[in-house]
Amino acid sequence: MKPVDEALLRTLAPTGIGVLVRRGADFAAAEDAVQDALVEAMRVWPDDPPRDPKGWLVTVAWRKFLDAARAETSRRHREVRVEGEPVPDPGEAVDDTLQLYFLCANPSLTPASAVALTLRAVGGLTTRQIAQAYLVPEATMAQRISRAKRTVSGVRFNQPGDVATVLRVLYLVFNEGYSGDVDLAGEAIRLTRQVAAKTNNEEVAGLLALMLLHHARRSARTSPDGRLVPLAEQDRSLWNTGLIAEGVDVLQKALTRDRLGEFQAQAAIAALHADARTAEETDWVQIVGWYDELVLLTDSPVARLNRAVAVGEADGPRAGLAALSELDPGLPRHTAVAAYLHERDGDPATAARLYAEAARAASNLPERDHLTRQAARLNVELRS
Amino acid sequence: MSRTSDWLRPRSEHGHNGPYRTKENMMAKYLLLKHYRGAPAPVNNVPMDQWTPEEVSAHVQYMQDLADRLEGTGEFVEGLAVSPEGTWVSYDGEGRPPVTDGPFAETKDLIAGWMVIDVDNYERALELAGELSAAPGAGGKPIHEWLELRPFLTHPQTITE
Repeated sequence: MKPVDEALLRTLAPTGIGVLVRRGADFAAAEDAVQDALVEAMRVWPDDPPRDPKGWLVTVAWRKFLDAARAETSRRHREVRVEGEPVPDPGEAVDDTLQLYFLCANPSLTPASAVALTLRAVGGLTTRQIAQAYLVPEATMAQRISRAKRTVSGVRFNQPGDVATVLRVLYLVFNEGYSGDVDLAGEAIRLTRQVAAKTNNEEVAGLLALMLLHHARRSARTSPDGRLVPLAEQDRSLWNTGLIAEGVDVLQKALTRDRLGEFQAQAAIAALHADARTAEETDWVQIVGWYDELVLLTDSPVARLNRAVAVGEADGPRAGLAALSELDPGLPRHTAVAAYLHERDGDPATAARLYAEAARAASNLPERDHLTRQAARLNVELRS
Repeated sequence: MSRTSDWLRPRSEHGHNGPYRTKENMMAKYLLLKHYRGAPAPVNNVPMDQWTPEEVSAHVQYMQDLADRLEGTGEFVEGLAVSPEGTWVSYDGEGRPPVTDGPFAETKDLIAGWMVIDVDNYERALELAGELSAAPGAGGKPIHEWLELRPFLTHPQTITE
C-alpha cells in the first residue's frame, strides 16, 4: 500500500478534461468521467500505482465517458456516435487548463456555483470534499455542480474569458473558505499560482501576493484556544517569512508595470503590515494612501471603512471618527470600528457600549466573542 | 525588504476591476424557523387537526416537494421537525443529576421545526421563506404562516483589513 499522491492526482483533473473535450466529449460529460476516474484512482492506486499517472487517468476517464455515452444512447435508442477507439490526441495547442478556469468562472454562474465547479473541475476535489468544506450535504453539492454545468453548457470550451471573473472566484475560495479536511486557502493559492503561470496579468500577480501575504500570518491569526488575535496583537515571530518574501517579490514585479488594480492595492497594504517588525512601526500614512487608491479603484464602502481605521492610526482617533462619520452606520463592522476609535480617544464608557452593540451585530462567532471580550474588559476597568 | 519601502508608495493611476463583496451578495446559510406558538397569527388560521385528511396530505407533500426541489437547486442543507413536548433541564451542582422541570405552559415561544438553506443572497432567502409560508392548509389555501428567517453566524473571513 502506497498512499496516493493526492496533489499530483488533482493536477491531472483539468488535463484529463481537456483531453476528453478535444476528443469530442462535451464539457459536462468529460468532467463527470474525470471525476469518476479520480475516485477510482483513489481506490486503486494505493495497491496498484500506475507508471504513467496521466495516461492512466486519461484512459480510465475515456472509458468511463464511453460507458456513460453508450448507456445514454441505449436509453434513447440511438446509434452510438462516439467510436471506441480514441481519436489521436491533437496536442495541447491551446491551454486547456486556462480555458477551464474561464468556463468555471463564467459570469452566468452564481458565486457559489462557480466556486464549486472550479474546485471540482480545475481543483480536482471530489464532490464529497467540496460538500464537507462548505458544510452542505453531498447530494446538495452534487446538484449544485450539475446545475452549474447545465448553465454553462452553451458556452464554447475555447471561448475567451475575462481573467477578472476567475480572480473573483479564487478570492472567494481563499477568503470564505470554510473547514473540512481540505485546506481551501492552500488550494486557492495553488490554483492562483497556476493561473499566474499561464497569464501575464498584474492583477493575477496582485491576488497571488495578497493570498501569500495573508497566508503568512495564518498561525498568528488565532490563539491555540481558537481566539481571534487582531493584527496589532499578533506574535509577528510566527509570521512565515518565506511566504512574505515571495508575496513581496510577486507584488513588486506587478507594481513596476504600472497597471494598478484592487488586488495589487490590497496586497500593498498587506505588504506594509508585513514590513513592520512591531505594530507600532506600521507605516500608517502609506497605508492610508493605498486605501485612497483602493477607494478610487473600487468605490467600496468596505474599503472606506478600513480607510477610517487607518486614518485613526495615522492622524489620531478624532480624525478616524471624522472619516467614519461620513459612512453609512449600517455597514458591517462600522460599530466595532467606532468602538475601537472611541477607546483610543479616551472614552471607555462609549467604547464599551459600542463594543457590546457590535458583538450583537457580528456575523461570525470568533468576532462576536472577541468584541464581547473587549466590552467586558472595558466594563471591568470602568467598575474599578 | 527595505524598511522605507519606496516601491510601495501609492501612485495615482487607475484601472478598473470588479466590486468588493458585501453582505448583500455573499452566499450564506439561513435558518427558517417554524413555531407551534409565539408567531403572529397566520391568515389561514385553522389548527391542523381541523383540516381534512387530504389537506394534511397535501401540506406534507408540499413541504417534501419543496425540500426535494431545494436539493435539486443545490440550496438544501437540512430540515427537521421537533416534538412540542419537551423538558427543561438544568445543572444542579457537582455530583447531582441535572434537575428537570416543565413543560412550562407560560413559555411564549415554542419551536416546531426548521429548514436550513444555503443561498446566494438575502433576497433568495426571503423568496424561499415566502414559498415555505405558502404551504397549503385548510381549504387547500396557503396558510401564510409567519416564519422566522435568521442568518447563521459564519466563519470569519481571512482578509479583513
